[in-house]
Amino acid sequence: MPKITYIEHNGKSHTIEIANGLSVMEGAVQNNIPGIDADCGGSMACATCHVYVKEEWFNKLPKKEDGEEDMLDMAFEPKKNSRLSCQLMVTDQLEGLVVNLPEKQV
Amino acid sequence: MIKTDALIIGAGPTGLFTAHQLKLIGLNCEIVDNLDKIGGQCIELYPDKPIYDIPAIPECTGEELTNNLINQLKPFDIKFHLSERVEEVKKNNENWKVKTNKGTEFITPNIIIAGGVGSFEPRKFSPKECEKFENKSIFYSIKDKTIFKGKTVSIFGGGDSALDWAIELSKDSAVNLIHRRDEFRGAQATVDKMNELVKSNKINLFTKYQLKNVSGKENLESIEIEHDNKEIKNLKTDYVLGFFGLIMQLGPIANWGLNIDKKTINVDTEKFETNQKGIYAVGDICTYPGKLKLILSGFHEGALAARACFKLARPNEKYKFEFTTSSKSIKNRLGVKSD
Repeated sequence: MPKITYIEHNGKSHTIEIANGLSVMEGAVQNNIPGIDADCGGSMACATCHVYVKEEWFNKLPKKEDGEEDMLDMAFEPKKNSRLSCQLMVTDQLEGLVVNLPEKQV
Repeated sequence: MIKTDALIIGAGPTGLFTAHQLKLIGLNCEIVDNLDKIGGQCIELYPDKPIYDIPAIPECTGEELTNNLINQLKPFDIKFHLSERVEEVKKNNENWKVKTNKGTEFITPNIIIAGGVGSFEPRKFSPKECEKFENKSIFYSIKDKTIFKGKTVSIFGGGDSALDWAIELSKDSAVNLIHRRDEFRGAQATVDKMNELVKSNKINLFTKYQLKNVSGKENLESIEIEHDNKEIKNLKTDYVLGFFGLIMQLGPIANWGLNIDKKTINVDTEKFETNQKGIYAVGDICTYPGKLKLILSGFHEGALAARACFKLARPNEKYKFEFTTSSKSIKNRLGVKSD
């Protein structure tokens, strides 16, 4: 299973194995990572699973689909490397992915 | 003071069907919701998205589901209190005393919380200093547009609300429109209209900028906006408007002495009662071993909570289970003919 690293805003890091097919958001929720709210449950309707993707990873990820950028307009402090973690599906290609969590989600 | 057998908090699908169940068994109820319309997340977040797992309905949108639930409530007289948020819940002998932010008061033995993920609130600006000016110089919705006449207004956001207000206010105010990227998600015709107004200097457009800071003494005087490339601009402005959609917040529910775990409320699976007698939680906001956040689960939970309400609302009567196909009294309540 690919290892994904979530770094909380306070710097605390969690590296977790997540099964292929789950989203990076679901991996966080199932492992009780603080800082990912995912209020809408993954329907790309709330922007509370917002993460910052480490630069070296950002271009390797599948591109944003329609709607994700619109939703990111609503996120707390969006940046160039912002993604919604519910839209990032875990595959072997994501082995070693590092995401930083924003200060808060709302 | 309104007296009712049960007060439902939340007018989403679960709250609506719970009202139906209460009325079927002969209890009255009222519903409070912070949104200005009925339907909850279904109507606010995904009115056009198809849902495929409502029993016996192969496919319907959030809006269709809401309309069907409203239709199902037609035989009944149910009072909705929209654009109101329940603030206070206090024990009053055998009853609960409930107060909303608009001052409406209820007295009821039963409160059913069908609050989804909490109440919808506007998403706010991140700089902390903004709080000081909120509802004076910084607004997230507009109640009285005349205050902007002849003033400078800086509008943030990239959706229809931001664009519509930029266009509207540009008639009588100096308008800055600021958005974090150079694409807008509003309707194309609205985006075109905005671009025309930018060309004719009626709207000053700043894209790839976000709000960095605000300053002023009593009233707001100026703001700093920061470009993607870190360049900072200072804009003189009288008002700031932010249109970043709605977020869901648990809000005052957190203060009612309920057993809350990660924004959800612990309940039993017999009555869906919380740790407080006469307060129930149903739908997405409740949790118990095996909980599924599905609309159909909310329907089941509401049906059982409604039966539990009977006991407290009619302590001297015995609840008798009846089917809608055969019960005369239920048919009377529905206003349909008995065979």
